[in-house]
Amino acid sequence: MFQVLCIFIPILAALFIPFFYKKVRTIHTGWFVLIVPLFLVTFYATYIPVVANGDTVIAQLDWIPSLGISFVSYLDGLSLLFSLLISGIGALVVLYSIYYLDRKKEQLHNFYVYLLMFMAAMLGVVQSDNMITLYLFWELTSVSSFLLIGYWFNRDKSRFGALKSMVITVAGGMMMLGGFVSLSLMGGTFSIRELIEQAPELAAHDTFIIALLLILLGAFTKSAQFPFYIWLPDAMEAPTPVSAYLHSATMVKAGIYLVARFTPIFAISEVWIWLVAGIGLLTLFWGSFFAVKQTDLKGILAFSTVSQLGLIMSLLGVGAMAYHVDGAENTIFKYAAFAAIFHLINHATFKGSLFMIAGIVDHETGTRDIRKLGGLMSLMPVSFTVALIGSFSMAGLPPFNGFLSKEMFLTAMLSITEFDFFNFSTWGVLFPVIAWIASVFTFIYSFYFVFKTFTGKLEVEQLPKKPHEAPIGMLISPVILASLVVAIFFIPNIIADTFVKPAVAAIQPFLYTSPNEVDIHVAAWHGVNPELWMTVGIIIIGLVGFMLLSKWQKMYNALPPKLTLNNLYDFVIYDLCDTWINRFSGLYMTGSIRRYLGFMFGAISIIVIGTLFIKDAFVVSFDNASTISLYEIILVIVLVIGTITTVFAKSRITSIVALGAVGYTVSLFFVIFNAPDLALTQLVIETISVALFLLAFYHLPKFQKAEERTRFRLGRAFVSVAVGVMVTLVALSAHSQKLVESITNYYKETVYTLAGGGNIVNVILVDYRGFDTLFEITVLGIAGMAIYGMIKLRMSRKEKNYENK
Amino acid sequence: MEIIMAFVCGFLFMAAIYLILSRSLLRIIIGTGLLSHGAHLLILTMGSFKGSAPPVLADGVTDFVDPIPQALILTAIVISFGVTAFFLVLAYRAYQELKTDDMTLMKGSDDNE
Repeated sequence: MFQVLCIFIPILAALFIPFFYKKVRTIHTGWFVLIVPLFLVTFYATYIPVVANGDTVIAQLDWIPSLGISFVSYLDGLSLLFSLLISGIGALVVLYSIYYLDRKKEQLHNFYVYLLMFMAAMLGVVQSDNMITLYLFWELTSVSSFLLIGYWFNRDKSRFGALKSMVITVAGGMMMLGGFVSLSLMGGTFSIRELIEQAPELAAHDTFIIALLLILLGAFTKSAQFPFYIWLPDAMEAPTPVSAYLHSATMVKAGIYLVARFTPIFAISEVWIWLVAGIGLLTLFWGSFFAVKQTDLKGILAFSTVSQLGLIMSLLGVGAMAYHVDGAENTIFKYAAFAAIFHLINHATFKGSLFMIAGIVDHETGTRDIRKLGGLMSLMPVSFTVALIGSFSMAGLPPFNGFLSKEMFLTAMLSITEFDFFNFSTWGVLFPVIAWIASVFTFIYSFYFVFKTFTGKLEVEQLPKKPHEAPIGMLISPVILASLVVAIFFIPNIIADTFVKPAVAAIQPFLYTSPNEVDIHVAAWHGVNPELWMTVGIIIIGLVGFMLLSKWQKMYNALPPKLTLNNLYDFVIYDLCDTWINRFSGLYMTGSIRRYLGFMFGAISIIVIGTLFIKDAFVVSFDNASTISLYEIILVIVLVIGTITTVFAKSRITSIVALGAVGYTVSLFFVIFNAPDLALTQLVIETISVALFLLAFYHLPKFQKAEERTRFRLGRAFVSVAVGVMVTLVALSAHSQKLVESITNYYKETVYTLAGGGNIVNVILVDYRGFDTLFEITVLGIAGMAIYGMIKLRMSRKEKNYENK
Repeated sequence: MEIIMAFVCGFLFMAAIYLILSRSLLRIIIGTGLLSHGAHLLILTMGSFKGSAPPVLADGVTDFVDPIPQALILTAIVISFGVTAFFLVLAYRAYQELKTDDMTLMKGSDDNE
């Protein structure tokens, strides 16, 4: 129970943040916030021994039991690792933000409320075993990320970036929800653990592939994989602590988490392996290639994050191959999933510290533009050291943790060439080649990042501020992360035993039943083998590439700017959605009531006439018809002439009088059709109506010149003829096929005995169906009041304006 | 007779729709008047004209026409009268305020909604 509540602790704490912000102005609000992640990280640390033994802890809080939806906190190796990353890096980021954000200038309460919301959401994502609550928290990360990116909401770019990330990640989230729902329909449960148990049966379903693709779309959009990575560089408008936390260490790894969590279900599929490994590798190459082009420090880091996420993703794809190999625990495939998790930890450490350094550089010099920076090494020695450690680790150099995971990555990629399923024996050779090229680019941008910023010539006059070293408080977090980078290199096996192996056992339950069975020993020196030679090649080519950077960096400008994915996004969002769709609505939403009426009547007649003929419902029979008398024929002729006169009259008075003639003819019809009450009412009403028309006639203008002769409009005539035909056809077929007898006999027989009346129509009106009459009276009353109100109440424009003032 | 009346109703509807699709407000209201006449006659026709006497109890008469459609039409006449009267005053006021009765000119502009 308490374990589930721990997910919500940050949200509960967020409730009090505005209070602290308003009441305790002298202390930076961040100090109060810091307690939350520190508590969480100690709380989750107590689970490390349990989980390292291969046990799992689960707690449940029912939410909607009737639908099988509950909040579940399920801690196994994978979710515990993520929980520790979230709370641990969260604590460091809060500490960093205390020095980064000014107590007096910034809206701190907003910032920390959003940040705590995000922390809770992220914990929920990684611990949820129920897919619906997983989706709930997933969207909460999108929303809080949106709020954090748009933190400086008076900047255009912030709002643009926030919107972009929202649109892309929420679109992916929706897809993922679809995948979850179809998975739960196949498996009959929302619980991921129970779904994993029935994985082989799930694969036999027809919708298995659809669920797979939808869930992958969710993971790819969140983790900024190709081609959805475009939101991440624009999300760099967020404050740097946010970039460090959300966009390098935690949120972007939610997609990685999702892929890892669902690997036991989907690894059976060839599509999953190809997509995860292939898209991951493509993203790795694409991100590293374009990182060199960037001139903004955070831009470089954003593309580098994209690329590193692709690396982890491709490793998870290769890890899924182990499902298809007999005795995989004895082959080198076992390295892939291990390397993925190991690199995930390493990436969180070095990328977090690099973002913080970028923030420090920005904070102390006033710019992040790498073309203006240079020679900061002597001014900012601590920052330089941290940046150097982070970059070298990112480039994969010893003695930093990036070297270890890079070697394992190369091992895993080389192992693909031995895989002989699913066409991998022919195309698999591409994997290590692309991976190697991407690693060269990674090397180049790592050097580019650190050396263009900290070495070279210092041009103080180009910088908005006079540069100096950051305050100690700001340096604590990056220094802690950088020391972890070095520490992990020297004690990799302790990290592996406590964190990585339980996580690998959770990803590959088909290989291992307990973490102790994962027999991988990380060694800095692994002998002379192909990986080593590949690393040597990376370093040599990378160094050459970095030296000649100014020569070939211009080549990026040769690429046409029109053909980018960002342009595609802008086209879809601004051109397609805004302009084109508005233009399309403008085509039919003209504001002209005549057009709308024309569409409506036309549609009604087409639908009704169409249905009549499709259903073969049109029947004419003369069986029931009564005889025709001379009077009736005369009345019909009068009625038709009156109607034609009404329609084609040139002046309004003719039209009105002709309408009156039609009305009186109708009442004559009522007379010969044996309806005395109707005839009476019709006569009176028609008289009053004509009088009213004549009253209005006095006030209304003459028919316009343009309509003096009613213009023959083809469409108008067509619609009216169609409606007339429709009414005639429906009337004929309705008359010709009366299926049930009328209920009228009951009225005829009981009108005197039950109601004590002789006039059947009147008895129906006030006795049998008195309610109709009651509301008909109401209608008349309302009409009277409305007419009175319209004539009496006259608020002219002048008065209105006066009231508004 | 019902067959002929079906055509008459169709004709009334056609004329009414033609008027309703015109530009002048007064013509539109005249069109609605024709439309209600058409509808009333249609209800009466659908009830069939069988029977030779009005639906009033009198000595020795048993062959009444169907009273139900008549009750329905009576209600409908009153309601359509109320609505027509309201429409007319609305048109009158609209003309007073807007100085036009041309439907093509009566469009809300962006600043006047």
